[in-house]
Amino acid sequence: MQIIQPHYHAIARTAQDYERMAMSGVVAVAEPAFWAGFDRLYPETFIDYFRQISEFEPTRAAQYGIRHFCWVAVNPKEAENPVLTREVLTRFPEFFAKPTVLGVGETGLHKSTKNEIESLQAHVDLAMKHGQLVLIHTPHLADKAHGTKTVLEVLAGMDVDPQRIWIDHVEEQTIKPCLDAGYWAGFTLYPITKCSPKRAVDMLEKYGRERILVNSSADWGPSDPFTLQECILEFRRRGHSLQDAIEVFHNNPCRFLGQNPKFDIQPIRIESAEVAHA
Amino acid sequence: MLSPAQVAEQYFLESRHQLLEIAAYLDRYDAAVARTQSTNGQLAGAERKLEVIRRALVIVAEKAPGRERTVALLELFATV
Repeated sequence: MQIIQPHYHAIARTAQDYERMAMSGVVAVAEPAFWAGFDRLYPETFIDYFRQISEFEPTRAAQYGIRHFCWVAVNPKEAENPVLTREVLTRFPEFFAKPTVLGVGETGLHKSTKNEIESLQAHVDLAMKHGQLVLIHTPHLADKAHGTKTVLEVLAGMDVDPQRIWIDHVEEQTIKPCLDAGYWAGFTLYPITKCSPKRAVDMLEKYGRERILVNSSADWGPSDPFTLQECILEFRRRGHSLQDAIEVFHNNPCRFLGQNPKFDIQPIRIESAEVAHA
Repeated sequence: MLSPAQVAEQYFLESRHQLLEIAAYLDRYDAAVARTQSTNGQLAGAERKLEVIRRALVIVAEKAPGRERTVALLELFATV
């Protein structure tokens, strides 16, 4: 089965992950800009990071037959430096012109501070002005419900196209308001701290597959890119068809990411062939 | 050996994860019951298993049990 990993922090992972993902059917990954584990101090650091994910990383993925796309953003955890944020934002348009950059992300909220909210607004505003897709991070653990509500309030006050915005890391308590408002919703599968493969399938069964993206994120922390394949196995074990699995784990990423014409992988429809028995 | 504070901190997220999985398991069961028309006989067998889980959760939640919770749970699960 062909799989698209729509949220994957490749620079934090080894080539062996690419190799194993390729062997398990992954045909494309999309890498949002991420926090480095410490707060960066210089705009140039971001620019080199964006060059790494938009120029170098596609060549590394290509060695395993995997298409690599990316997003650019200042991470919400670094929004407490508004001068830095504003300066980096001025450089986004040159990256929007690159052949594998799909939009702005992951922006969003971490502690939902005033600076974070202003940064989120500036990111979304810039993306909309340039016709870019948006990937929004929502907080983890105790801050999730409040942070997601705040994200929705911020977006409601802006002129945005919900179909072009993906709100990520939703869980059982936050999925409904995101879908009800017309946004795409993402399940991020982690071994411990986010959604689990079984819970993701529960939500797929409850809410359906429309405007749902499933990813395993996979960064430099405790994470595992193969929680995505674990989720596919769980989905199939519950009796869902191969075509249904393809719709969720391949075609939905095509539908959302394909709103940017640079993402040219097309949805797949399995044709069943009649087998003639002699 | 770890201090009480270290134990609470070090295993909190893992325990949170395991409890969420159990909650999802019980929700999954309720959803399955709601969408299917199982016979009373089929449900009775499933309910016995679920009842053991519910009794286990009561044991787990005891603040000052008379003995180790793991021992009590293993004995309970041996009855299934």
